[in-house]
Amino acid sequence: MDFDNSKPIYLQIVDFFYENILTKTWQEGERIPSVREVAMMVEVNPNTAIRAFNHLQDLEVIYNKRGIGYFVSDTGYSKVLEVKRKEFKEQDLPDVFKKMKLLDVTFEEVKSAYNQHQNEKK
Amino acid sequence: MLSIKKLHFAYSNSPAVLSNINLNFSTGNIYGLFGKNGEGKSTLLKLMAGLLFPMTGSCNLHGEPTKKRQPHILKDVFLVPEDFELPSLRIGQFEKINSSFYPSFSKTQFYDLLEEFGLSPSNTISKLSFGQKKKVLIAFGIATNTPLLLMDEPTNGLDIPSKSQFRKVMASAVDQGKCIVISTHQVRDLHSLINHVVILDDSKVCMDLPLETISENLWFGMTPKKNLEDVIYTESTLGGRAILARGERDETEIDLELLFNGVIEAGVKITESINSETHA
Repeated sequence: MDFDNSKPIYLQIVDFFYENILTKTWQEGERIPSVREVAMMVEVNPNTAIRAFNHLQDLEVIYNKRGIGYFVSDTGYSKVLEVKRKEFKEQDLPDVFKKMKLLDVTFEEVKSAYNQHQNEKK
Repeated sequence: MLSIKKLHFAYSNSPAVLSNINLNFSTGNIYGLFGKNGEGKSTLLKLMAGLLFPMTGSCNLHGEPTKKRQPHILKDVFLVPEDFELPSLRIGQFEKINSSFYPSFSKTQFYDLLEEFGLSPSNTISKLSFGQKKKVLIAFGIATNTPLLLMDEPTNGLDIPSKSQFRKVMASAVDQGKCIVISTHQVRDLHSLINHVVILDDSKVCMDLPLETISENLWFGMTPKKNLEDVIYTESTLGGRAILARGERDETEIDLELLFNGVIEAGVKITESINSETHA
């Protein structure tokens, strides 16, 4: 059995940013809340929030305009998409595959469940 | 900002509550002060605020002993005590009388916080519930804008929505010029706020570390089935939560309750493994 990893809070804040960027709640070039505002929003120590901002800045998802605030970079959306797609393929999918094997679910079954799901959405 | 050196304290004719305490508190941090009942958390906070005097050793704020109770030093400290007596005044009157002792007091901030906590300046303090009185003191303490803010069990008596409000307020209150020390048993209420842990046990400081150092060196999670030799502390043998040396593992969120129990039960082992890794 693998370890149960409870994610560090700063990475959970990073995920919160990712979601807002992927859903286009925060668009490219748009100003995002300040460190203080984010700290209040998620009720954490501002030092923890700063860590999340630094992490995203290193990945060039956001950038800082001195004295004005933080903005989603022009390539922010595609950067996040890339990160999350990689995470999906390397972490989520292997879990699904493992469960499929354990429960003897075939790929065909998954495919028809997927199609059904898509139809219901329409 | 505040430094405690070789401090000893005992209440008359009783064994020492605090012995040989050395601690430094600096700005920009929120300290979590933990310890079992009767380990001297409240005593330490009172010593820091100049309400009690060290028997030997010192407790200095900006280099001056707090026990001298100099007005220019005391204007920089506010203590929100665990239990308290408040006068039978309207909140507004209370503010007018007490705010003059704190030059950086912000009226706007105080009344904004009161409103957020659902209180009105015309409320008479003695007619409020315990939790509401506590909110008055918390709001007042934050609004004093003292560089050093001490809080003894601030979330005791607060209702569920107020705890979240409290965290929001604290997250916005801390800035580079402030140092906040919170003593608590309600680890879950404040876990996301603090960034430095101080644990008192057996009248001594048995841990005094930034959370960052702890999460760099320790790993928190389910007890692994293999590599049991890495386990530093575990609550039950298998399937329980455990503390491991982090090594090459991914960073995990610190489980403060587990850390606290670990430090109380196996303190030396934990501090040694942090020291050996930081010096390696």
